[in-house]
Amino acid sequence: MSDARNSILTTLRRTRDAHPLTSPASDFAPIEAKQWAADERLPRIRRLMEAVHTEFLDATEADWPAVLREFLVREGVGSLMYAPATAAGKRLVEGWDAASTTLIPYDRPLEDLKPQLFESIEAGLTTTRGAIAETGSLILWPTADEPRTLSLVPHIHVAILRTDALYDTFLQAMREQGWAQAMPTNVLLVSGPSKTADIEQTLAYGVHGPKRLIVLVVHP
Amino acid sequence: MDGNAPDFAAASRAALADPQLRGNFRRAMDGLMTKRAAQFADQDEWHGVRALAASVRLRALSKLPELLEKLEENCTRNGITVHWAATTDDANAIALDILHKANAKLVVKGKSMVTEEMHLNAVLEKDGIEVLESDLGEYIVQLDGTMPSHIIMPAIHLNTKQIAHLFKRKIKDAESREDAAYLTDLARRVLRAKFQAADVGMSGVNAAVAETGTLCLIENEGNGRMCTTVPPVHIAFMGLEKVVEKLEDVPPVISLLPRSATGQPITTYVNMISGPRKEGEKDGPREVHLVILDNGRSTIYADPELRDTLRCIRCGACMNHCPVYTQVGGHAYEAPYPGPIGKILVPQIEGLAKRGAMPHACTMCNACVEICPVKIPIVEIMGRLRVEAVKPGGTVKDGGAKANRTESMVWSGWAAMNASPTAYRIATVAMSRLGNVAPSSLPMLKEWTNVRTKPRFAGRTLHDLARAKGIPDV
Repeated sequence: MSDARNSILTTLRRTRDAHPLTSPASDFAPIEAKQWAADERLPRIRRLMEAVHTEFLDATEADWPAVLREFLVREGVGSLMYAPATAAGKRLVEGWDAASTTLIPYDRPLEDLKPQLFESIEAGLTTTRGAIAETGSLILWPTADEPRTLSLVPHIHVAILRTDALYDTFLQAMREQGWAQAMPTNVLLVSGPSKTADIEQTLAYGVHGPKRLIVLVVHP
Repeated sequence: MDGNAPDFAAASRAALADPQLRGNFRRAMDGLMTKRAAQFADQDEWHGVRALAASVRLRALSKLPELLEKLEENCTRNGITVHWAATTDDANAIALDILHKANAKLVVKGKSMVTEEMHLNAVLEKDGIEVLESDLGEYIVQLDGTMPSHIIMPAIHLNTKQIAHLFKRKIKDAESREDAAYLTDLARRVLRAKFQAADVGMSGVNAAVAETGTLCLIENEGNGRMCTTVPPVHIAFMGLEKVVEKLEDVPPVISLLPRSATGQPITTYVNMISGPRKEGEKDGPREVHLVILDNGRSTIYADPELRDTLRCIRCGACMNHCPVYTQVGGHAYEAPYPGPIGKILVPQIEGLAKRGAMPHACTMCNACVEICPVKIPIVEIMGRLRVEAVKPGGTVKDGGAKANRTESMVWSGWAAMNASPTAYRIATVAMSRLGNVAPSSLPMLKEWTNVRTKPRFAGRTLHDLARAKGIPDV
């Protein structure tokens, strides 16, 4: 189809040059102006995300695995899949009470895990690369160690959020983290559990992705 | 040219006679307008971000051929295979070729209006490939064997009761329950099995970033992520206008699209894909293909005024605010894109011979122009297409197809009458004397009086009345 390519590009170039188009300068100030005080960001994120049924847990560096375990036991969650090679994954397994929720490592390619992942794993644990105050969104940055499906397929997604990476806007986050220089295979903003309003505009949660999203806030 | 041109007037009459349908649309559109307005309560913010988003789209169009080349170069570097399709037939052939090479039997699809434009599902089914729409609204419409009636909410024309009956009929073991939560969960169970088994996932593209070779997709359900993450092959389809220059150009578009579309601050998921699974990664498709479709867009691009049609980010807000769309619903247009954007886009893609009626399905109230997040002059383009439809020789496909001698003679007469004071005086006096006795069944008058009361003509003209009051008739 390289014929199609050349003919499309030639036509576009010829017609554009016949009637050049000048665009106004892009003024990003209206987005840059959106700012919140450091201590207002987390409450705003929480308010916006809770409005769409996200749940929050508060913990510290010292006790987050215990807070998570307690939550899983309380909710009767039998299995949690995690990323064993990440710092969070290593921390999670230290001293985990094997009698509570079963921890299952995501240590093989998806092809070898599909039935288990789709049919029996109840929850998945991932880290985040921060969150965005304007819209109440988590930044997920999947890696070879922390795969994409960990935050997608299990019915419950638990995301660890550290409070030192809260941004005002999506624009600020991508600028300060230098996304344009190094986009990974997949980046995600996640702003709640899966939802739909396709049946007569009635909001229903958990249509294809996770039914529940739990943000585990790790305070310093 | 297609032999059986859709009959918008007939389809509208049928829709107007269906109180259930009209009720479903009225309720939905009222809700969407209210929710959108709440998101843009800060008018300064709206004007600022809107001007920014419009500039992003205009800048992309000003460099369109260069950006498409850049997009191809960066996607290719990232491992994405880029295909170019001049027509929908070409795009379907490309899709079939990829599917045959992957030996695909089952395809799951995320929402993609371009594939609706291609009638891809019918092509795949004819080839013996099972294809399943996974966006809940699209899934409902597919089960029902119809078309989406709205680009954002495909099943907005149906209510819960109608969907419950449909699921009961079509899904094994479905209970008859008019409960959105139950119906949603039922679809979840059916589709999860399909995501797991699918050979290929397909999606659209909300914005493609030339600078980084990134495909952005926004959605609420997670089906888009499923289709682009779980199957071993992902094929993304985009109209060639969907490119933006820089990654920084994405936030303004994402800021306005969900707020305009459904009145939510952001969609649940913003999914940015920059390549297939890399060495060492445990999931993601092994192949990612991007199909860039022209299908008449380069012709639209050729005209400096009509070109603005290509700014569209497909939020659907123009539908939600259109008095005509709200009354007749999406199906009356019998087109992949209904409502105001459809009325300017579809005639340009499919030609004025087949779609010449669409630009007339407009009251020119300007509501769509006021809320368009990228400031497309929809109504001006609508007017332009009305002219193109009767004036041969323009760039629009099938321009002049609706030229009509009687109509053009009437307008010439009208112009001559208004250019000569004597003719004008004779005509107005004649109308004030004879207007009320003229039967409403007169050829051209009938078009109006078919659905409206014939206006009563005043016994004396305005000029007469003015003169009687001593105002000089200049």
